[in-house]
Amino acid sequence: MKNKYSIFSLIKNAFSQHENWKQAWGNPEPKKEYEAVIVGGGGHGLATAYYLAKKHKMKNIAVLEKGWIGGGNTGRNTTIIRSNYLWDASAGLYDHALKIWENLSQELNYNIMFSQRGVMNLAHNLQDVRDLKRRTHANRLNDIDAVWLNTKQVKEFCPIINISQDIRYPVLGGTLQRRAGTARHDAVAWGYARGADAMGVDIIQNCEVKGIKRNGDQVKGLDTTKGFIKTKKIGVVAAGHSSVIANMAGLKLPLESKPLQALVSEPVKPIIDTVVMSNAVHAYVSQSDKGELVIGAGTDAYISYTQRGSHDVVEGTLKAILELYPIFSRMKMLRQWGGIVDICPDASPIISKTNIKGLYFNCGWGTGGFKATPGSGDLFAHTIANDEPHKLNAAFNLNRFVSGDLVDEHGAAAVAH
Amino acid sequence: MFVINCPYCGERDQSEFSCGGEAHIVRPKQPTELSDDEWAEYLFMRKNIKGVQFERWNHAHGCRKWFNMVRDTSNDKIHAVYKMGEKPPVI
Repeated sequence: MKNKYSIFSLIKNAFSQHENWKQAWGNPEPKKEYEAVIVGGGGHGLATAYYLAKKHKMKNIAVLEKGWIGGGNTGRNTTIIRSNYLWDASAGLYDHALKIWENLSQELNYNIMFSQRGVMNLAHNLQDVRDLKRRTHANRLNDIDAVWLNTKQVKEFCPIINISQDIRYPVLGGTLQRRAGTARHDAVAWGYARGADAMGVDIIQNCEVKGIKRNGDQVKGLDTTKGFIKTKKIGVVAAGHSSVIANMAGLKLPLESKPLQALVSEPVKPIIDTVVMSNAVHAYVSQSDKGELVIGAGTDAYISYTQRGSHDVVEGTLKAILELYPIFSRMKMLRQWGGIVDICPDASPIISKTNIKGLYFNCGWGTGGFKATPGSGDLFAHTIANDEPHKLNAAFNLNRFVSGDLVDEHGAAAVAH
Repeated sequence: MFVINCPYCGERDQSEFSCGGEAHIVRPKQPTELSDDEWAEYLFMRKNIKGVQFERWNHAHGCRKWFNMVRDTSNDKIHAVYKMGEKPPVI
C-alpha cells in the first residue's frame, strides 16, 4: 500500500506540522461501466468492495453512497462487537467476523481501536438465567468463549453495578464473552475505504441510486443522481433503505425499517471498562475512549425513516440504567440520535442472491449489524463473485422465508431485537 | 413520537398505541390451497414504504380498538385515520 502508516511516516510528517498527509481515498467521478457496483458506502458496503478487490481480484468496482461514507448506521451504532449467538448458523457468521476483527487494524494498516474489553449480558429473572446458561453451553459447543457468572462474580467484574436484590429487576447473574468488545466505528469505514481505494475501487459519494434497469431477469445498470452506470452485478447494502432499493427492482423484502436510538453522556473519567448489556430491561452501556457513556436504547415499534426516535424509548432505557447504576444519577446526557434499522422477522440478516440475475442483497441486520462488518463484507463479496453463497452465509438466504428454515435469533441472541 | 387522533377516543400520545404494521393485507381465503411462495408473501414480505403508508394501529393503553391510519413514514405526518372496514381514503 502506498502511503503506509507507520511510526516513520508519523515522524516524517511531524517535520511538516502534519500538513502534508495525503488524502486517504479519492473522490472520482463515476465511470460508464463497472464489473460490480456496491450500493451503500457504510462499513458493510466498503468491506464488500475491499474483499471483492482483495480476495476475488475484481478490478473495476464502484461503491455508491448517497451521503458521505460511514455517515449512516456505521457512524450511529454503539460499536459493540460479540459473537455469543445461540444458533449454529449465527455463531458461525458472527464468530467469523470476530476472528477478522482481531487482526483488522494490522490488515488495513489503520487503527480501528479494537478493544476486547468483554461483553457481559445480565439475567434479571429465572427465565433469563435458564436462557443465558443454555446459550453459554451452545456457544462453547461452537468454540465461542462464554462463561456464566453468578451475581457476586458480576459485581467483581463490573463493580459499579447495583446487585441489590430489592430492585425491580435484580441481577441474578450474567454471561461473559471476554473476546468481545468494541471498535471505533468511523475508523472501520475509513480503514476499509482507504484499503479499497488503494486497490482501485471507486468510492463515489453524494451519488444516490434512483432506479435499477433490467434486461429481462438480468440487471444491466443503475440510474443515479450522477447519471446511468452500466453493470452486471449490483450488491445492495443499504441498511434501513434496503426495501426502497428493492422496490426499484420490483422486489419485496421481508423487512421493516424502524428508528433505533442511542445516546452519549458528557465525558467523565474511566468508570466502566467493559460492555454491559441487559436484555430484560433493555439497557446497555459502555464507555468510549473520550469518556462518554455510550448507551443503546430500543427501537420504535412502528415503521419510520425519520432518524429520530421517540422520547419514551430513551426514557425507558435511562430508567433501567439508573436502577442498575445509581452512580450515574447525576450524569448529563450530551447527544441523542436515531438510525434506521431494517429488521427481519427472525432477527437474522439476509446475505443472498435474488431471483433477478446479478442483484444481491446484504440486509436485515436490524439492530446489530456493526459487529459483523468484516465478516459480512467477506461473505457478501464471496456471494457476488461466485454467484453462490459461502457455506457460512448459506443459511442466510432470502429463500428461508419460503422454506420456513428461519434462523430465529429473536430473544435468543443475548439481546432483544 | 407524535399525536394520534383515535377514531374512538380523540387525540392521544403515540406511546398509548401499538402499531400492527402494513394494512389491507388480506388473509388467504383458502389457506390449504396456498403454495409456499404465497405463504411467504402473506406472512413475511412487506412493502416497507418510505413515504405514504397505510397501516394498522391499536389503542393498546386506551379503548383497545383497532383502526387504520395513513402516515408518511419519511416525516411521521399523519394524513388520515379511519375505522376498520371503512374504505381507505385516496391520498
